[in-house]
Amino acid sequence: MIIQAQNLTRKYKSGLGEIVALKNVDLTVKKGEFLAITGRSGSGKSTLLYQLGLLDRPTSGDIYIEDVNVSNFSDIERTHLRLKELGYIFQDYAILPSLTALENVTLPLLMMGLDSREIKKKAETALGKVSLGHRFSNLPSQLSGGEQQRVSIARAISHDPKIIFADEPTANLDSETSKVILQVFLELHKEGQTIVMVTHEKEYATVADRVITLSDGEIIKESRGSLQ
Amino acid sequence: MDHDFNYLHHDPHFPESSGGEWRFSRFDRGGRGRRPHPLPRRRFISNLKEKQYIEHSQSLIEFAKSLPGVEGVTARYLESGKVESDYKTNKKRPNDLDRSVGASIVGIDPKAEDAVTHISKNIIEGSYLDNGDYDQVVVGALLLKKYLKFDSTSFPTLDNIEIGSKVRVTVSGNTREVTVKGIIKSKVDEIDRRVFFVDQQFRGLINRYDFNVDEIVVRLKPQLNPLTIKNALASGGFSDYAKIQTAEDAEPKFLHDIKQTFALLGSVISSIGLIAAAITIFIIIFVNAITRRRFIGIMKGIGVTSTAVEFSYILQSLFYALFGTAIGMFLVFVVLVPYFHNHPINFPFSDGILVATLSGTLIRAFILFASTVIAGYIPARIVVKQNTLDAILGR
Repeated sequence: MIIQAQNLTRKYKSGLGEIVALKNVDLTVKKGEFLAITGRSGSGKSTLLYQLGLLDRPTSGDIYIEDVNVSNFSDIERTHLRLKELGYIFQDYAILPSLTALENVTLPLLMMGLDSREIKKKAETALGKVSLGHRFSNLPSQLSGGEQQRVSIARAISHDPKIIFADEPTANLDSETSKVILQVFLELHKEGQTIVMVTHEKEYATVADRVITLSDGEIIKESRGSLQ
Repeated sequence: MDHDFNYLHHDPHFPESSGGEWRFSRFDRGGRGRRPHPLPRRRFISNLKEKQYIEHSQSLIEFAKSLPGVEGVTARYLESGKVESDYKTNKKRPNDLDRSVGASIVGIDPKAEDAVTHISKNIIEGSYLDNGDYDQVVVGALLLKKYLKFDSTSFPTLDNIEIGSKVRVTVSGNTREVTVKGIIKSKVDEIDRRVFFVDQQFRGLINRYDFNVDEIVVRLKPQLNPLTIKNALASGGFSDYAKIQTAEDAEPKFLHDIKQTFALLGSVISSIGLIAAAITIFIIIFVNAITRRRFIGIMKGIGVTSTAVEFSYILQSLFYALFGTAIGMFLVFVVLVPYFHNHPINFPFSDGILVATLSGTLIRAFILFASTVIAGYIPARIVVKQNTLDAILGR
């Protein structure tokens, strides 16, 4: 297993009291698997993704990545793990508007301390994989939503992460563009990439190997996707 | 007789100088708008209180000339005397206040004196003395009614004195009728109440044939510490015969106090400037970091460390400091210092110029850089330490 979550619980404090976003969730993800997490709004799917992706800390429970318990990792250790082993794709792309497509993709590579030639090569390769080989020097404002999301995907895959976490990657895109993005995911998956994707659209979720459905912070359903 | 007059220039090259000070040059400016003359260090040597003059003056002069770093030496004979005008046409009241004044009568070697003090630059009418001049004098402006701006019985002055006028000088019991060759006006009252003779003639007037003088001024090379020469003269045993002072030692207390006040004001202003700069940088970085909070969150999310983000903001604030320092140094060294050198502030007692030393400026720049690092780090830290996910989601 590349990811193993045990008894994950996440509670938030709010003015109305305590909100339990995740309740004792147990989950495993195999290496090379394409997992889709779906559910209604507020079901806890994004919360689960943030716990698995080490962007947030669970209130209780453990997370193992490649059999290493990362639950008690310090902030610095989690940052290093995110940098080296994980890739993220956000709903609103989360690319830096003042940097070109190529510069956005090079950002994690720079932090990894690679030499400039290797950085350039990896960034160009990543952008090529998402069919943006001709848009290196464009600023995000000069790109369409689909292209910006593809830059975001290129940034997520540029450093060859072990797992890619995608949070509603098609939510801001029209159906045609969404299909293009899903196609990119499928191609990455074919190359053996582990992907965990959150989506509220069942149609898109079914392209994965496995689909889990959350409701009120609990996994209520687990099914096979069309890839199986 | 104590001749411990400070009529020497205030020297703008004292080693104690630090950046951004106001300095006062009392003697060797020709007036507003005239470029100051390069002022090397000087030492001022006068007779001891209990002596009438400096004993072994010539030995002292020769010794001083032999010291390394000494550019020139000038000596002065000085006696009190009386100067009269209009004594031929109105003999009935020779002691009227506008016809007779007490003054310090000085004998100088015109060439040597000018080489050391640039005294000729202060001649406002007529011309300066030449070494061969006989029965010709330069008169201080404060002895003349037309230059004294107030009328007081405490400050008697001579009326109707022009270049070429005859005046009668009485000193050491000898009286000479001499011609006014020039009028001198500096910012030092002691100078402006003197009458200058060529020393060759003056020695005869005061019967000083042993060549012992009353004042000796030593001109030093720039950057030479005046204390070195003062100590060398003292080591030579001359402190037994003369009072040896640096130009700063001989500076009157009021001038020293004014300098300290200006230095204090300078320190206060630069401290306020430093605080203002630090606060400005803090605000800029804080606003910048707050408006980019989400992007900072994204960067942290994809694995950029907090330290890297903080470092980038510190670098940014250092850039502001560097830019500000460069502009500041340009303004000070290229605009303000040359401007005040050419257009000194005309204080009644002195000309005020702006002195900025490189070392003083660099120290202030270093303090600015240090405060900038803190001013850049704190707001960056405040934003960076916020929860990564909250920053990404804009919560």
